[in-house]
Amino acid sequence: MQSQSSSSVSIDTAARPTFDRYELDGFYDEAVDPKGQFRTSSALLLQRVEELPQGELLRRQQAAEQLLFRMGITFNVYGDSQGAEKIFPFDIIPRTIDAQEWERIESGLKQRIKALNCFIHDVYHDQEIVRAGVVPAFVLETCKAIREPCRGLNPPRGVWCHITGTDLIRGADGTIYVLEDNLRCPSGVSYVLQNRFVMKRSFPSLFDLSHVRPVDDYPSRLFSLLQKMAPSAISNPTVVVLTPGVFNSAYYEHSFLAQQMGVELVEGRDLVVRDDTVFMRTTRGFRRVDVIYRRIDDDFLDPKVFRSDSLLGVPGLIDAYRSGRVALANAPGTGVADDKAIYAFVEAMIEFYLGEKAILPNVPTYLCYRQDDLKYVLNHLDELVVKAVGESGGYGMLVGPQSTAEERRAFADKIVSQPRNYIAQPTIQLSRVPTLIGDHFEGRHVDLRPYILYDGQEVFVLPGGLTRVALRKGSLVVNSSQGGGSKDTWVIAAPARKGTGS
Amino acid sequence: MLSRVADSIYWMCRYIERAENLARFIEVTFSTLLGTAANEKQSWSPLISTTGDLQWFQSRYGEATREQVVYFLTFDPEYPNSILSCVTAARENGRSIREALPTQVWEQLNQFYQRTMQLSRQPETLWQSPLDFYHEIKLSSHLFKGLMDGSMSHGEGWHFARMGRYLEQADKTTRMVDVQYYRLQPIRDAMGSPVDDLQWSALLHSLSGLEMYRQKYHQILPVRVVDFLMLDRAFPSSVMHCIDQANISLHAISGCPVDSFCNLAEQRLGRLRSQLAFMRVDEILQQGLHAFIAELQNRINAVDDALFQDFIAISGAPAADETPQMEAKMRAATS
Repeated sequence: MQSQSSSSVSIDTAARPTFDRYELDGFYDEAVDPKGQFRTSSALLLQRVEELPQGELLRRQQAAEQLLFRMGITFNVYGDSQGAEKIFPFDIIPRTIDAQEWERIESGLKQRIKALNCFIHDVYHDQEIVRAGVVPAFVLETCKAIREPCRGLNPPRGVWCHITGTDLIRGADGTIYVLEDNLRCPSGVSYVLQNRFVMKRSFPSLFDLSHVRPVDDYPSRLFSLLQKMAPSAISNPTVVVLTPGVFNSAYYEHSFLAQQMGVELVEGRDLVVRDDTVFMRTTRGFRRVDVIYRRIDDDFLDPKVFRSDSLLGVPGLIDAYRSGRVALANAPGTGVADDKAIYAFVEAMIEFYLGEKAILPNVPTYLCYRQDDLKYVLNHLDELVVKAVGESGGYGMLVGPQSTAEERRAFADKIVSQPRNYIAQPTIQLSRVPTLIGDHFEGRHVDLRPYILYDGQEVFVLPGGLTRVALRKGSLVVNSSQGGGSKDTWVIAAPARKGTGS
Repeated sequence: MLSRVADSIYWMCRYIERAENLARFIEVTFSTLLGTAANEKQSWSPLISTTGDLQWFQSRYGEATREQVVYFLTFDPEYPNSILSCVTAARENGRSIREALPTQVWEQLNQFYQRTMQLSRQPETLWQSPLDFYHEIKLSSHLFKGLMDGSMSHGEGWHFARMGRYLEQADKTTRMVDVQYYRLQPIRDAMGSPVDDLQWSALLHSLSGLEMYRQKYHQILPVRVVDFLMLDRAFPSSVMHCIDQANISLHAISGCPVDSFCNLAEQRLGRLRSQLAFMRVDEILQQGLHAFIAELQNRINAVDDALFQDFIAISGAPAADETPQMEAKMRAATS
């Protein structure tokens, strides 16, 4: 087997990685406190790692990479005619979160999802939040992610955002912020499950001792959620996952989730709508579909309603949805709350809809359409991160401290010509986690994406989530398109007890 | 099951079977030549004839030398039926229906592909030990099929897999018999000579049937070899056996009794099966083996067409209250 290992170090000559010379460099470290002591949630893990025989950690890292390669969790290397494939980088040192902190994150996310769901519903109905003067009418009117066909829509059980993948980051002072809500088709949960699978093979007995909360029940929870959304008269609803197809970069995840739930993975061409009812083409003729977990963006869902040039979608799907004969998760139109200028109001939404104070703060956000903010932003471009309101995935942004004067000038022009289109935030020095770099540990910046399921009554937050890590030294960008990898995320249920083995 | 998924399972298995057959043919040709002084060129071109793509080969390669033929059949990425192309196509089909396969089946298929891909990047390593190389390909295919049988529910998808596997094998067996019989006919008078014996043994061997043949007939006689490979009920690569098994799976999919039909594919396959089942080998030879096989291949292709019409390219429109009655009936019949 061809070596797919990212580490070029040979096991035989590798030194034993320890924390003797581990540097914090002034950042918040998720595993090591400022005095150089292991934090409680990571202590057992890191002690065990340090005790491993020489070369063993590297061996396990390489075995984990081989395993991911064998499982076919790969992407094609662009431009390689020989069909070379690579795994998404994976680091063997997990990120840990203690029980108390997780509890706070969990309640913060629950609160946030409830408020966001109320907001999306409000946007497409009476817009009370605008009438109350909390969100300016102008901001909603100019939001490109509003979907007119959703006006007046009443999705099953009042749920718009069934599945959410909120991005959290921690700053230098230890505060955890919400960076983005990702209410449309958040991806990555398959990596949470696969990373866990790989880690269990790498450190079997450590799992036993560490009281890591399980994530394995995600597919069954997702399935029950989807089933609940079915039109009420259906007793045993047919659930499917709708994918753009095998060339989509998240295809692996679509097929993984369908496989884990034991449902069909369909493409647009497998579905047909007749009399406001959705059918799939099967070997036994047409079969009715009741719930669609769609992993296609709004714009491509139905060429009759949204983009008419979409070949991925299903003509008539939205009519079927509006008539209540099929359920969609997530509902169309949720992107409105992903607009970064609207994101800035989420804390206010929580107060407005729930009468509660936000548990998890937003990153302080300057709205460039406000004159004062604009002035401040233009004067401090070299300190701020500027983002286009409709972009994600690390695109359309300027990281001030790492930009050139030229780039800042170009960005300033864009901001001035379209101020509604930009927001700015202070550059948060993302927290770091020890990461195996060659034969030793270095801190690398991370974020965290927990996955949240909402059925209209209960909000479930998967204990853990995807920890994305910027593998490039000094980089704050964790996106896989920009050299990011991932780590397993351990939410510790109770203090670890002592034991033997590793 | 989704039509698209059924189609991909079917083709995934056809491609794997195709790759395995090629590996067996090449392996046997290698090992046969080790023991003879036969003209090399004569020995390698029939291999291409069995693929039915001789013209394709001649237009790009010209002369059929050992190196050319082996590269062409094994690694040529342009040639759609090379081992590499077949394994790639099988894996592409598998990748698009990963959710319908047990994880281990997918992982085996993926490894099979990665390994073949890796070898194709250093084709020269093949010459160091060609027999080991093709043996490995065969084992990968066996492992794949074993995992399919052992870990996939024996329901609709699995029956589509079997349809693919057996129709492909039936087709390949007819091609092997056709080409070798034609080639060996001129030396029929010298029947019993060591070379002759060796050649007919090689044919049996390349369909993994030498020992089973010997158990039944002991001595190599061309007419018996043809009988065994075409009409034997029990031998896995014989055309009769393959058609029989495909027929069983096809009826398991529809739930229709095996001696009747409720779609075009069943009608065509059933007729073919009956004809073979009540055929004697001397009737085949009387009619002319080549003509018989040509017709047989056409009829196997016609079954494949019918499968596509009946299960994959379903046409018409659904009725809004499409009753699951038919479905329930079929389900009851298959379970």
